[in-house]
Amino acid sequence: MRSSTPSIDPLEATALRPIQQRSSGFYLLAFALVATALWGVNALVFHQWRNGLQVTGLNCPVFWGVYITNFVFFVGISHAGTLISAILRVTGQEWRRPITRMAEAITVFALMVGPINVIFDMGRPDRMLNIFKHPNFNSPLLWDVCCISVYFVGSITFLYLPMIPDIALLRDRMPHRRFYRILALGWKATDRQKHRLEKAIVVMSIAIIPIAVSVHTVVSYVFAMTIKPMWHSTIFGPYFVVGAIYSGIAALLIAMVILRKVYHFEEYLKPEHFRRLGFLLLTMCCLWFYFTFSEFLTTFYGQSPEEMKVFYGKMSGDYRLLFWGMVFCMWTTFFTLTLPWLPLRTPAPLRAPARVLRPILAIAVVAAFVAISQRAGTMTTLAMDLRMPLPPFLERSMMAIMPIAFVWSLLPYLRNNPIVSSFVASIFVVIGMWLERFVIVVPTLVNPRLSWGVAAYHPSWVEWSLTAFDFAGMVLLFVLFSKVFPMLPIWEMREGELAERSRFETQRVIMDRASEVPA
Amino acid sequence: MPRWGMVIDLDKCTGCQACTVACQTENNLRPGSVEESQRGRIIEWIHVLPVVEGEYPHVKTRYMPVPCQHCDNPPCTRVCPVRATYKNDEGIVAQIYPRCIGCRYCVNACPYTCKFFNWSQPDWPESTHGGKSLSAAHNPDVSVRPVGVTEKCSFCSHRLIKAREQAKSEERPLRSEGDFVPACVEACPAEAMCFGDLDSPGTAVSELSRSHRAFRLQEELGAEPKVYYLTEG
Repeated sequence: MRSSTPSIDPLEATALRPIQQRSSGFYLLAFALVATALWGVNALVFHQWRNGLQVTGLNCPVFWGVYITNFVFFVGISHAGTLISAILRVTGQEWRRPITRMAEAITVFALMVGPINVIFDMGRPDRMLNIFKHPNFNSPLLWDVCCISVYFVGSITFLYLPMIPDIALLRDRMPHRRFYRILALGWKATDRQKHRLEKAIVVMSIAIIPIAVSVHTVVSYVFAMTIKPMWHSTIFGPYFVVGAIYSGIAALLIAMVILRKVYHFEEYLKPEHFRRLGFLLLTMCCLWFYFTFSEFLTTFYGQSPEEMKVFYGKMSGDYRLLFWGMVFCMWTTFFTLTLPWLPLRTPAPLRAPARVLRPILAIAVVAAFVAISQRAGTMTTLAMDLRMPLPPFLERSMMAIMPIAFVWSLLPYLRNNPIVSSFVASIFVVIGMWLERFVIVVPTLVNPRLSWGVAAYHPSWVEWSLTAFDFAGMVLLFVLFSKVFPMLPIWEMREGELAERSRFETQRVIMDRASEVPA
Repeated sequence: MPRWGMVIDLDKCTGCQACTVACQTENNLRPGSVEESQRGRIIEWIHVLPVVEGEYPHVKTRYMPVPCQHCDNPPCTRVCPVRATYKNDEGIVAQIYPRCIGCRYCVNACPYTCKFFNWSQPDWPESTHGGKSLSAAHNPDVSVRPVGVTEKCSFCSHRLIKAREQAKSEERPLRSEGDFVPACVEACPAEAMCFGDLDSPGTAVSELSRSHRAFRLQEELGAEPKVYYLTEG
C-alpha cells in the first residue's frame, strides 16, 4: 500500500489504520460493551423507573450511594484530559503532542457518563427541567449544573478544534464519508486558517484550566456546604480537584497503554511519555496523601463526637475494608512509581533465592489481603484467630508493609517495563479513587448527627448494573471515537516536527554566523 | 406576623406515640410494611426517638418526639436546586411536592433527619370491612405524595388555612394560640405538647420556650429550630 501511495508517511498510516480497518476483536468488544450497557438500561427503565428508588439499597438516612459515588468518580476522571492537555499546551511541553487527543477524548466521554448518574439518582427524572424553570442559585447542585455544562461545551470545543485539520485529512483520504466534509468546516490549511486555529486553541487552553478546576471544586461543595460530619470541610475543594486530576491521569495512562498495544502506537507513545506522566501521577499521589492525612488528622484532633463516629466508621468500623483497601491501593501506586527508580540491587548471593521468593511473596500478599477481607475482621481479630499475637508495631504497619512487599515481589519485572509499571499503578489509582469517593459519600450518611436506629447500606444489583453501564458506556464511546477519528493528532505532531526542525535550522544559522565572526 | 412554634415537655411525655399515629392519619402518610421498616424506609413525620444515655450499669432511656424542627435558619431550603422547599413568612418550612425532583439534597442537609423520601408508590391496602381501599379514608385537605419526592412535617399547615378562614367568618383576628393546632398536639393524651405563636406575649409556647428548662436540639448548629423541649426533672 505504501509503495502505491508514497505520499502517506508512517505517522499518517499508523494513525489512520484503526479507522480504515476493523478487526473482529473490535466487533466483539463493541458487542460486549453494548450488551452491558443495554443490561444497565434494562435495570434503569424496567426496574428503577417502574418501581421507584426502592429497587436500590438506599434508605433513610443513607439517601445517597453508588450513583453519587459514580457521579463524583467520573467527573473526576474527566479531569484527565482537558486539564492536563491544557496545562501541557500552555507550558509548551513538546512531548505532550501524541497524548493530547486521547486525554481530551477521555474528558468528553467521562463528562457524558458522569452527570447521567445524577439523573439515575433522581426520584423524579421526569421533572429534571425544573432546574431551569425554578433555579435556586443558592444550591450547590445548581453550581454543578452551570460548571459542568460550561466544562462540557468547553471540552468538546477543545477536543474538536485541534482535530479540524485531521478531519480535513480524513475528508481527503476518504471522500465517501460525507460527515468528514461537514466537520472539516472547509479546512484548506491556508495561513490565515492556521493562524486563527492556533489562536483559538491557545485561548481555549487558557480558559479551560479555571473551568476544569471549578468543576470538581463545586462537586465537592455539594458535600462541603452541608453541616454533615466529615463533609463540612474547607479542604474539600482542593482535595477533590487533586483526586480528580490523579484519577484522570491514571485513566489516561490506561488508555495509552491499551491503545499503544492494540493500535501499534509504539513508535509514538514512547517509554518517555509514560515516565513523564508517571512522575505527574506520583506528584498527584503525594498530594492526595497529604490532603487525606490533613483531613483525618484534623478530624481526629477535633474529637467532635459526631465526626468521630464517622472517623471510626472508616478506620475500624463497617467501612474499614473499603478505607484500608483505598489506602492499600494508593500505597501500592506510590511504591510502584518509586521503587523501580531506586538503585536497589539484590546482592549477588541472594539473587537465586530471591527469584524463588518473589513470586511466593506476591501470591502471599494477595492471599493475605483476600484472607483479611474474607474474615472481615481487623488485624487484631485475625491475629487472635491464629493465636499468634502480632506485635502492635507490626500489626499497625501491616498496611504499609503489604504494598511494599507486593511491589518488591514484582520489582525486576516493573523495572524493565516502565509502561507496565505505570499501567499497574494506574489500575490501583482508579480502584482506589472509586473507593475514596464511596468512603467519602456513604460513612457520613450512615452516621447522621441525629440518628434513630442503626443504619447500613448495601447497594442492590440495580445500582451495580448502572455502574457497569457507566464503565461500559464510557469505554464504548471511547472505542467508537477511536474508530472514527485518529487518536494521534497528526497535524499537531507534524507541526511539532516542523517547529523542531526550524529551531534546529535557526540554531545552525546562528552557529554559522557565530563562526563567521572574525576573531 | 406570627412565628409558629412548638414546645414539648419531656417530663410529661410518656412515649406513647399517639402523636405519630395522629400525624399518620391526618397527613395521609403511607402505611409502612414490615419490609419497608426493615430497610429503614418508614415515613413518620413525627417520630419518637429513643435516646439512650449513659453507660452500663447507669443506663437511662428517654423518649423524644421529633417533628420537623421548622428551623428559622433552615439548612435544607438553601440547598434545594429547584426551590421546592422554602420557609414561609410565618416560619413554616414547607415542601412543594409537585415541583420536587427527588434529588434528596435537602434530606441530607437536614441535621435532624426529619425529611423523608418516597422510595416507592404508596400502597393503600384494602380495608378489612366495607371493601373500600384505605385511600377512601384520606384527609381531603392533604395531598397524597407520589413516588420519588421528599416529604416532611408541615406543622399541619392545612389546619392553619382552615383556622384563618374560620376566624374570618367569625370576623375576628386569628388567635395566637388555640385556633391553629397541629394534629399531634391535639392528640397528645399527656398534654405534653403545646403550640402557638412564639412571638406573642402571654401564649403558653412563648412562656415555656423561655423557661429555664427549655432547650432545643443541636442548638450549636445555629439552625434556630422552633421546636423547644423542656428537660426532665
